[in-house]
Amino acid sequence: MKRIGIDVGGTNTDAALLDGDKVIAAVKTFTTSDVTSGVRTALKEVVAKAGDAAQDIVAVMIGTTHFTNAVVQRRDLGRAAAIRVSLPASASLVPFCDWPKDLASKVNGGVYLVEGGHEYDGRPLYPMDEQAIARAARQIAQDGVKAVAISATFSPLTATCEERAAEIVRNEAPDVHVTMSSTLGRIGLLERENVALMNASLIGLARETTQAFVDAVADSGLGAQLYITQNDGTVVRADAAREYPVFSFASGPTNSMRGAALLAGVENAMVCDVGGTTADIGCLINGFPREANNVVEVGGVRTLFRMPDLLSIAVGGGTKIGRDPLTVGPESVGYRLAQEARVFGGAQITATDIAVAAGLISLGDASKVADLPADFVAAALARIHADIAEAVDRMKTDATEVPLLAVGGGARLIPQEMPGISEVIQVEHSGVANAVGAAMAQISGETDRIYRDMDRDDAIAEARSAAIAAAIAAGADEKTIKVIDVEDLPLSYLPGRAIRARVRVVGEAAALTEAVPA
Amino acid sequence: MNTLVQRSPSQTHRTLTADDIEALAVGAWILGTGGGGDPYQKLLNMRLLYDAGRQVTLMDPLALDDDALVAVLSNMGAPLVGQERLSDPEFALKPLRMMEEYLGRKFDAVMSLEIGGGNGVHPMMVAALTGYPVVDADTMGRAYPEAQMTSVAVAGLRCYPLTMADIRDNEVIIPRAASWRWMERISRKACTEIGSIAATCKAPRSGAEVKQHGVLYSVSKAINLGVNVLKARAEHSDPIEAVLSAANGLRLFTGKVVDIERRTTEGFLRGQARIEGLNDFAGQEMVVHFQNEFSVAYLDGEPIVMTPDLICLLDTVSGDGIGTDSLRFGQRVSVLALPAPAVFLSEKGIAAVGPRAFGFDLEFKSVFEESNT
Repeated sequence: MKRIGIDVGGTNTDAALLDGDKVIAAVKTFTTSDVTSGVRTALKEVVAKAGDAAQDIVAVMIGTTHFTNAVVQRRDLGRAAAIRVSLPASASLVPFCDWPKDLASKVNGGVYLVEGGHEYDGRPLYPMDEQAIARAARQIAQDGVKAVAISATFSPLTATCEERAAEIVRNEAPDVHVTMSSTLGRIGLLERENVALMNASLIGLARETTQAFVDAVADSGLGAQLYITQNDGTVVRADAAREYPVFSFASGPTNSMRGAALLAGVENAMVCDVGGTTADIGCLINGFPREANNVVEVGGVRTLFRMPDLLSIAVGGGTKIGRDPLTVGPESVGYRLAQEARVFGGAQITATDIAVAAGLISLGDASKVADLPADFVAAALARIHADIAEAVDRMKTDATEVPLLAVGGGARLIPQEMPGISEVIQVEHSGVANAVGAAMAQISGETDRIYRDMDRDDAIAEARSAAIAAAIAAGADEKTIKVIDVEDLPLSYLPGRAIRARVRVVGEAAALTEAVPA
Repeated sequence: MNTLVQRSPSQTHRTLTADDIEALAVGAWILGTGGGGDPYQKLLNMRLLYDAGRQVTLMDPLALDDDALVAVLSNMGAPLVGQERLSDPEFALKPLRMMEEYLGRKFDAVMSLEIGGGNGVHPMMVAALTGYPVVDADTMGRAYPEAQMTSVAVAGLRCYPLTMADIRDNEVIIPRAASWRWMERISRKACTEIGSIAATCKAPRSGAEVKQHGVLYSVSKAINLGVNVLKARAEHSDPIEAVLSAANGLRLFTGKVVDIERRTTEGFLRGQARIEGLNDFAGQEMVVHFQNEFSVAYLDGEPIVMTPDLICLLDTVSGDGIGTDSLRFGQRVSVLALPAPAVFLSEKGIAAVGPRAFGFDLEFKSVFEESNT
């Protein structure tokens, strides 16, 4: 069961070929502005490096930080309109009201509040104003906005308002892409709407990016199935990923942490992944990332994603270093590191140049940084070390010392000693931990439903069977499925006993466990 | 009656800054003891109101004239519904206007029914819209689930009239009720009917009643708690310690949530959370029971803290309050006890809000009594 994991980061595109848990070959290439050629190159190189072992590859699993970087760096985002079906309730806190102003001004393609929505018990809150939705749709089309997010009160329980509104929008404005909040999220109107708006603003980028992946894998002639990794370290088929870029938001860090765990053979540790643009610090418990409590902010926007609890700081290999006065970031040269960094012949001093000048790594042409004064290099490095150590300290939740796994292309920027850390382990193949993690990703199944007049245990058992069925339908091998998350929430004030149960399971792709070389 | 040297408004009134409001939201959530709803939406509304140039004045309760008329405001209903039907200042204002029309008299000030949770910030929205000062007091010093669980109910003050508004054109006035429990039953029924969320104006209070029976300076207390937590977070010092020292609290347990069970009966969220000890508490287990708010906590099977002592579950890292509805498996939490307002430690107080009021057959014993001996 061989597979290739690919990680498309802001700066590097990495690939790793795994046979079971064993890394056969790994390569590191630069991300290209068109994405496709970078993925194609990485695939070609890793296959070439593996030589005769590169036979019978059944799956290619791609993880990307493309979408989250787009939000964090506020680029490649499309404008998105919001139609919220909630009036006369929820009038003061309009869509985008809790977004950072700079991001809202880029994305906000118009806000439309209309009457309608549902109560907790399925009764209509107010008759839906279909005329107002039609007017909004025409205005959105006239404004040239290409995507809309539709939200409605209690849509996770009763989605009919959103579904009807989507139908009206598709009739009135067929070219406008529709994201319904009920397909993305849970109870919590503001946060669910935020996620839907982010999804809508990313839809153009998602289509382009997914198509680029499909093309690159097709061109490789491997005949392998393409999967895209998601926030929780599991994968979906490419066609499912195209419509929901937000589900692939945090896959990079999750993959990196899971990959590092496998490579280092350590299951409990802090992980610091220094990429091109950011350093992401997380905590690994039994091989899985610790999840964030409740609300997770992405680019300053509140969401209800289940994501690894990560602290991202603007320190990466491509981080711009300023002189007089000394500054570290927050800007990064990103995927242009190969052109803009000093050691690669560019004019910009980056963290990579500092690492080369300090003798931590040998990369590019070291003579290009020979002119940097030793005290400047030392001061810049000290600042980078202090930023990382502080972030690691913030993410630690208990007092006992634990090892820290240093991963990512910029792993050498991590200090060798930090408070609360027993040892800093530079992970072998660390530069491609993300790709290894992507290759390990499993298929998930989820269910989130309301059960009436049932015991908690019975409701959970039923939800569990439904989740397992969903995972099998998505291509998981039944024998390998295990439950990773169970949540139940009783709903107050409903007639009879009502419980909302959510179960998530994961399993190996059946294609991988069954495939035997011919 | 209080004998007071007359003070100038500059000594008794102060304008709250936007930072004060931020701190209030943090402190109110901690004092919510798991209930009262996350103040986030009300904070968002306050940010929008402050951005639009509105402000809130906080007044010393002792500066109230005896015959001043004070509106006691709250949002009522299920927190889950509040996550879908969002907080709106204009909606919060409606029952106050209804009450003024009903009484034929304008209010002089507003105050919070409960400082804990979203209701701690709720009257601020109304004050920002109307210009009425907010009295630095409430009737619980925390959050409690029912109408009879207030300092004014324990004191036997009048429980009516009550006004209630719906987002549609429905208005409810309860001119009279036989007791606080009847007021609770009737108003709860009406609230459920209009979607389990309603804005209310409870029985108005005179200045004299507030001064004698209110839980005084609870708004300042919440702001001070918030200021200390935010400061600790900014300085990367322990926010839990900051809460303990600002509110004379006790750290009872630190651990990880390993199981949560919830059920709803008679409209209330009941259940329990099991917490496995970490660090100094490794090998021990705490079970915290709740009915909307945290009611009783057992350490290795023994009840060690119970209502009316405040039982606060805080995020160990951030110091943020955690609601009974947002508790999750795997959360790292610290369990703290904060002292109860004196009114609830009386015989009548224990009867109204002691463990038996929540269905626990336990004799009330304050965790603070024990620690003093």
